[in-house]
Amino acid sequence: MDWVAIGLTVKLAALTTLILAVVGLPLAYWLATTTRRWRPIVDAAVAVPLLLPPTVLGFYVLMSTGPNTFIGRLYSQLFDGTLPFSFTGILLASVLYNLPFAVRPFASGFAAVDRRLIEAARCLGASGPRTFLTVVLPLSWPAVLAGLVLAFAHTVGEFGVVLMVGGNIPGVTRTIALAIYDDVQALDYAAANEASALLLVFAVTVLAATYSLQRRTLAL
Amino acid sequence: MTLLDVDFEFKYRSGAGVACRWRDPVGDPRVTVFLGASGSGKTTILRCLAGLERPQRGHVRLGDHVWSDAVRRIHLPPDRRDVGVLFQDYALFPHLTVERNVAFGARQMPHAAVAARTAELLDTFRLRGLEQRRPRQLSGGQQQRVALARAVFRRPKLLLLDEPLSALDRPTGDELREELRSLIRALAIPAYIVSHDRVDALTLADRTVLVDHGQIVQSGTTQEVFDRPASPAAARLVGVDTILLGRIASVEDGLARIIVAGQDVRAQAPADSGHDAALLIRAEDVALARHDVADSSVMNRWRATVIAHAPEGPFVRVAVDCGFRLSALVTRDAWHRLALGPGDEAWAIVKAASIRALARN
Repeated sequence: MDWVAIGLTVKLAALTTLILAVVGLPLAYWLATTTRRWRPIVDAAVAVPLLLPPTVLGFYVLMSTGPNTFIGRLYSQLFDGTLPFSFTGILLASVLYNLPFAVRPFASGFAAVDRRLIEAARCLGASGPRTFLTVVLPLSWPAVLAGLVLAFAHTVGEFGVVLMVGGNIPGVTRTIALAIYDDVQALDYAAANEASALLLVFAVTVLAATYSLQRRTLAL
Repeated sequence: MTLLDVDFEFKYRSGAGVACRWRDPVGDPRVTVFLGASGSGKTTILRCLAGLERPQRGHVRLGDHVWSDAVRRIHLPPDRRDVGVLFQDYALFPHLTVERNVAFGARQMPHAAVAARTAELLDTFRLRGLEQRRPRQLSGGQQQRVALARAVFRRPKLLLLDEPLSALDRPTGDELREELRSLIRALAIPAYIVSHDRVDALTLADRTVLVDHGQIVQSGTTQEVFDRPASPAAARLVGVDTILLGRIASVEDGLARIIVAGQDVRAQAPADSGHDAALLIRAEDVALARHDVADSSVMNRWRATVIAHAPEGPFVRVAVDCGFRLSALVTRDAWHRLALGPGDEAWAIVKAASIRALARN
């Protein structure tokens, strides 16, 4: 079993999920509550990765972060490194690619919270962020949990984006999904089988746990 | 005295909206009822006062505080206006206990002060023993009390109530109206109540604002507005065929003698003697006679002068003056037999049991 690849994958998925929680929750709340005219455009932009082949998204991330691009230069000045073929690079791509998988469940959860409760909280002196933390989140956490789990699990299994942006560097950008591909290329079906079975068990366990947790909450 | 100065226009994207203009001294704990049909825009006015909607034009000011000013691009969000709002179906937080719902507004207060204020409100609103319940485990009346306690926790400058009684069935609503009346008076916070029910205005309001098609059509003391509706729209809103305002002179065995424009009116006592009362009389409950029928069981017999009459389906609607104006609905046949015309003397007769008497603030 390629423990280096597994460790790297878990690290990538955990960091992706964390960033999506920080960025995705406010973004989803804004999408769920705003009445601004350009909301549909932002909505569409967030959802694009659902329809785009991962390789296409990866390709654009690669092209826009190269050493001669604005983002690439800025990044190398700030952090003394490059984004393509680095862990930070695949993390960035992974966050972008997983945005809809987290934000859409978040947003539908928030939209299901009775608007009057939000208004009531505001009228009771709670600021927007406080209302979010004390009313919206407690009433929509099954949806938030679903979004986070989905993003985590989806990152664990991601292949195209990581390959495009990160290449396949052992210990740096080679995740478990890439390791399986390598194993198959090397005709090491036993290793591929081991890792694949692990991913399968992981996926089923995570989903079962999430659903049962949600069901228990809803039944309350 | 602080002045609530309101002059704004608000339009929904659908095109519907309100234009609202009125000034009103606030304080001296006073209750104002916005009376209007559903869809008239009265709730929108309340939402603009609370800061939940942003008027496209005009301003809302309370004393020196500018809450909203379209020209200066000022719009204070609800959490910075210091108002307490009671929502139509209460909007209690389902995930919080009664106790935590009530104390939701606690902000930058020492723990002991929060506990003390919560305890005080639980007592005032008779919520003892329910502290750990969730909103869905409460009756309608209990929910209303929790919502009201929650709204006044921070001692807001204004209390805004959106149709506080419409979520309840009629008997419960009547009961809670009484309760709401005494609670609002005990709280001593100026209250603005939105309602489609004129009974709310008659029982709760010192001042009444009539709202029709997104416009304020009349405002003034409840007595003024109900006595002298200024327009046909206002008259339709104050409705009921006859509304009389008087004072209870005496009460005996539950029956009150109420003085209205010098006349005695008998009805079931809504309060003790000395209180003001509003009397609602439906035209179909008023009978006319040429002579006094002293030997009948009817207690209210007033000498009247016929003012006008007009056919209304199989009936004739007759307006008479008994010192106050009264509307009667009699059959065409009866009207011919009476052979009355404008200026003629007659007797108006109403059973005490068919008069709806309400206690007024």
